Amino acid sequence: MKFGVVVFPGSNCDHDAFYAIGNILKKPVEFIWHQSEDLAGCDAIILPGGFAHGDYLRTGAIARFSPVMKAVEKFAKSGGIVLGICNGFQILLEAGLLPGAMMRNKGLRYICRHVYVRVEQTDTPVTCLAKQGQVLKIPIAHNEGNYNCDGATVAALQKNRQILFRYTSADGSNDDSGNPNGSMNNIAGICNRERNVAGLMPHPERAVESALDSADGLVIFQSMVAGLVGAAKATA
Amino acid sequence: MATASMEIKVTPDIAAEHGVTKDEYARIQKILGRDPNITELGIFSVMWSEHCSYKSSKVHLKRLPTRGKLVVQGPGENAGVVDIGDGLVAAFKIESHNHPSYVEPFQGATTGVGGILRDIFTMGARPIAVLDSLRFGPIKSGKWRVTSGEIKVSEEEAAANRRILDGVIRGVANYGNCFGVPTIGGEVSFEPCYAQNPLVNALALGIARKEDIFLAKAKGVGNPVIYVGAKTGRDGIHGASLLASAEFTEESQQKRPNVQVGDPFVEKLLLEACIEAMHTGAVVAIQDMGAAGLTCSTMEMASRGGTGIEIDLGKVPQRETGMTPYEIMLSESQERMLLVAERGREREVLDLFKKWGLDAVVIGEVKDGELAVVKNHGAVAAEIPAHPLAEEGPLYQRPIAAPATRVESEKDWFSFSAEGTELTENFKKLLASPAIASKRWITEQYDTMVRTNTLAGPGASDAAVVRIKESEKDGPNGKTMRALALSTDGNGRWCQLNPKVGAMHAVAEAARNVATSGARPIAATNCLNFGSPEKPEVMWQFSRAIDGIAEACTALGTPITGGNVSFYNETLGKSIYPTPVIGVLGILDDASRVVKIAFRNAGDVIVLLDGVDAAERARHAVSLREFSSSEYSKTVGYVVAGEPPAIDLAAEKRLIDCLVALATDGVVVSAHDISDGGLALTLAESCFASPQAVGANVKLQDSDAAAEFESFGERGARCVVSVAPAKLAALQGIARQYGVEASEIGQVTSRPSLSIEHKGRAVIDSPVEGLRDVWANSLERTLLAQ
Repeated sequence: MKFGVVVFPGSNCDHDAFYAIGNILKKPVEFIWHQSEDLAGCDAIILPGGFAHGDYLRTGAIARFSPVMKAVEKFAKSGGIVLGICNGFQILLEAGLLPGAMMRNKGLRYICRHVYVRVEQTDTPVTCLAKQGQVLKIPIAHNEGNYNCDGATVAALQKNRQILFRYTSADGSNDDSGNPNGSMNNIAGICNRERNVAGLMPHPERAVESALDSADGLVIFQSMVAGLVGAAKATA
Repeated sequence: MATASMEIKVTPDIAAEHGVTKDEYARIQKILGRDPNITELGIFSVMWSEHCSYKSSKVHLKRLPTRGKLVVQGPGENAGVVDIGDGLVAAFKIESHNHPSYVEPFQGATTGVGGILRDIFTMGARPIAVLDSLRFGPIKSGKWRVTSGEIKVSEEEAAANRRILDGVIRGVANYGNCFGVPTIGGEVSFEPCYAQNPLVNALALGIARKEDIFLAKAKGVGNPVIYVGAKTGRDGIHGASLLASAEFTEESQQKRPNVQVGDPFVEKLLLEACIEAMHTGAVVAIQDMGAAGLTCSTMEMASRGGTGIEIDLGKVPQRETGMTPYEIMLSESQERMLLVAERGREREVLDLFKKWGLDAVVIGEVKDGELAVVKNHGAVAAEIPAHPLAEEGPLYQRPIAAPATRVESEKDWFSFSAEGTELTENFKKLLASPAIASKRWITEQYDTMVRTNTLAGPGASDAAVVRIKESEKDGPNGKTMRALALSTDGNGRWCQLNPKVGAMHAVAEAARNVATSGARPIAATNCLNFGSPEKPEVMWQFSRAIDGIAEACTALGTPITGGNVSFYNETLGKSIYPTPVIGVLGILDDASRVVKIAFRNAGDVIVLLDGVDAAERARHAVSLREFSSSEYSKTVGYVVAGEPPAIDLAAEKRLIDCLVALATDGVVVSAHDISDGGLALTLAESCFASPQAVGANVKLQDSDAAAEFESFGERGARCVVSVAPAKLAALQGIARQYGVEASEIGQVTSRPSLSIEHKGRAVIDSPVEGLRDVWANSLERTLLAQ
């Protein structure tokens, strides 16, 4: 089992994802430079947070053309596990691997703080160890996290149970009050129809140790590990 | 082909326009043995500007203590470096970007952060934290009685100040967030004197292995000189000389083209590329192009290395066409570096920068002798001996004169009056004032967590704390992780009233904050913001402040390892308050011992630690004169007068040592020092920070002093801690050992109210939620007011 963390010029949470997997989970992990045309045999790919290519033009708009994205697309189409965090989520949207788009936060300001998200679906590789309805305390840090899509798309997301995380209050009871950025339907994270590609705005890699105020993000990485172990068994 | 240097004949008048005095011009003629051409004049004018040469401050800065057993590199390099153990060093420095931030708040602030980050990674250290010390004009209208009369701030002026603040905050946030370094602390405060001259001081901290530290010394004749990073444009020409080294007039808005434009994305690439390049072993020296751009970097590298240098400007990557040698040499375009590589290995270095998509071009080489030769497409544009240019600039012993002392009487001072419920109402007024209210609305615009090292971000502890996980043997299951604590402080109002005592307080408060977080203070950096050095009374303030910093840093064991001086902070002839800002760095040997301000458990005992002994305390007694300089006096009484509280450095040192010992032994649950806003604010903030709904019930010590004095007085050397009853004896033992008085003053309660009793009567009594609402939301309400 090997994780790959893609490094775009301007990625800045690459080291944090690497540390969470390598040092906290103690699983093999390596960096993959954005000009690489293959994924170095990795079994799960993380597109980390940051400002890939300076977020010029639009967040993720240039990064989707980095050579590595062809390989990521191929990997995703063949069922490989891909997780996009923050800027990585934005890149997956631009690449068309996930539906929808990001607008600037309501209030038009960058926001960095701990928020609460509720796990809505547990039959995906990034949530399989979480409990349905579990509330996770995980920080956000973004300028463009206001998720939006057309009515047909959101209906499809609902129908296919692709909404994985919703912003909510600390006790999970009031979603609107916990929505920091105006995101449609309080959406914090989604997956594709095939459920192997997921993206979320909060940073689980920043919530993997109690010294950092929360270890609630661990369950997402642990789920990925469990998902990979399960997949390995299934093919064996 | 006629070069620019031939187009303009240099005359003493043109020299004067460059801010070069007659004497300085004569000195230039002597060094060159002839008249300078226009490019050479430009080079001399920036190198000898106040900003780059420290010509007015150098004679005073010599009095600062700069040595210590942990100091690896003191002032004079891009940043100070201290040994933090395990083979690691920390590089840190604070710098100002005041004038650009008034002219163009967003770009001014953003390039201020960019500049200090470059200073850190130029040393080979990866930046791990940024703090910002900001001063603005009042963002609310009002009027105050001050020693010099009355100050009024209109709604229109307040709105202008709010706009400047908004631009500066966005600028600070933009750079750090995109670059990927957490902005974890600093302070924001407000005084009318900063309305047309805000202060933007940015501190950056980085770490490296000791053997990886790089210095900016050109070495090895024949080694190639390589230009890397962004292209050179016409932005920022004369930023250092005309913008940073002159006061503001009505025409200052015309200086907008002198402000540089920042691109944090390019800087992030530059960081990664430079660190990779340094690790190849092919880089001999490196210097960032900050103030005075290519001029400063070439001349200083050659001067420090004791070599000559030759560059050809025709090879410099340019963003615009038709730039003259003068413009290229003086441009302050951002995100550029100059490095010297080992001959024969330049290809390695160039390829590495290419990988990161950055320009990298060999533009010259290190030469024998001491001559710096600047060519443009082969034709000589300037020829100057580097060492005399960099090191033999003018030095001034400027005249010093104390301002005429104004005799104050009791009627100029605050008078105690509040009783009973009035005190709670006054407290709410204080909690709502922008200087005291929570800065959450500002700090949430900063990425405070990237790099996942932030153990205490803004407001969590008295100092910002980041752990060190770079060392491979450290880790969650490996060896103990260490942490670094940082605090910046500086009270301009106090320094205006007494520059020496005010400066001592800045050092003491920063060191106390660091110790309150549990870390041992080890070194300091300073940013000295003052008015025009050509005014004898400003030089008097400067000299007194240096004396205060020197005395306090010596007493507290925190040598100054670097920093900067910012003069000419004045507009239309009016100087800012003298504002030395001090950053103190401390080490926590065990990162799990970081102490935060939050009360946690009902039933814990609240203890007041006081480093000042009883006899000394009796001598201070109640001083209306000292109280008149407090935040409470300013906010509630609209009085700014008197003196800062007297300072007792030995008491500060006792308290610091005691706090470090308490943290090391894990004795206390929380610790929060007493400073702006006094004991009442300290207690309230410890309640606000609590994850549980708790309150505090406190009885003030028997004293004849007025309740206002006891609740809101700001004398130093004091700290409020909470401790489990079972550990109270251990706390008292340690306090005794360090000569610190520990008085039980109350308890953390499950009833979520803050109650302070004085002489058997509750003088402040309010539900914590009621106080928190005012404190937590006032800044946002003020700033978003239409």
